[in-house]
Amino acid sequence: MYWMMMEQWSPYIAGAGIGVLSWLTFLLSDKALGTSTSYARTAGMIERLLRGSRVFDREYFRKTPPHIDWQWMLVIGIVIGAFISAMASGQAKIVWVPEPWSTAIGSGVTVRIIVAFVGGTLLGLGARWAGGCTSGHGISGTMQLSVASWIAAIFFFAGGIAVATLLYMGVAG
Amino acid sequence: MARLEALRHNENRQKVLGLVFGIMFGIFLQKAGVTRYEVIMGQLLLLDFTVLKVMMSAVIVGMVGVHFMQWRGWANVNVRSGSLGSTVVGGLIFGAGFALLGYCPGTVAGAAGQGAMDALVGGVLGLVFGSWVFALLYPRLASFLEWGSFTKLKLQEVLHLSTWKTIPLVLILVIALLLGLEWLGL
Repeated sequence: MYWMMMEQWSPYIAGAGIGVLSWLTFLLSDKALGTSTSYARTAGMIERLLRGSRVFDREYFRKTPPHIDWQWMLVIGIVIGAFISAMASGQAKIVWVPEPWSTAIGSGVTVRIIVAFVGGTLLGLGARWAGGCTSGHGISGTMQLSVASWIAAIFFFAGGIAVATLLYMGVAG
Repeated sequence: MARLEALRHNENRQKVLGLVFGIMFGIFLQKAGVTRYEVIMGQLLLLDFTVLKVMMSAVIVGMVGVHFMQWRGWANVNVRSGSLGSTVVGGLIFGAGFALLGYCPGTVAGAAGQGAMDALVGGVLGLVFGSWVFALLYPRLASFLEWGSFTKLKLQEVLHLSTWKTIPLVLILVIALLLGLEWLGL
């Protein structure tokens, strides 16, 4: 279990592991690794709880029904897997404001949580808009040699690099 | 193969498999370091190329295996459709969120698992809310999402090469990129 106690693996080993994992998901589940649709299903599940079957008045939730599926369980698994891995290496720790945010921008919790929420909102909106996220397009779609996925991945990083540079060079100075 | 088909269509077993695959994915992401805010921001500020190294390694290993399985008839490779309105505009919105949050939809779950409260309270709630906003806008967005649809869906069609030439080409280019990063000390 020595390797589970390591803080970090070579990015090539961890990445190759994700590649091999994708073989298994294709073989045993006929599915590609992806996560973002699960957040949309969760939103639908919450709306269903509050408004009942009227959630199906929305075209999107007729197309993407709000229920627990393979990918939803995959996302729950990521939480558990990362928890196990971080516990084993002693990295699990409650942190509200991460580095380098706290040094560059400030240690206030409220500001960090508001910006994280706005970021999460754009991420959820953008993932549905583009039809996938860093795993669905960025890893799974690109390995299937999908043109849309390579273009999506390029624009994820183009947008990300532009806004991160503005944030850290502009706002934080 | 009949047993494999039965497994693929057994909803309860698939949920269990999803959970098991998720745990493995979570371990790989955490051990790769990409569930940490500083590693993702390091990539977006072009100071630390861990994210790209992890993604590109996963892509080339996955690409070879998945296409081998497709050739043997064990797996279905599917390409996604895309358009300027959907892929490019959506990609840029996603990128802005990626930089503000400092995690993506997969790594935010891993970050929450290791105790990052900004990921759990800000990120996950925001992702659910943003997806719901998309569901609200969807009827009005539908035609824009089709604008500028890509006519070529596979990389092979763009390159005018067979799958069996495209795979080694992508492999060589990605390995060259990774060697280049190491050579530059990034």
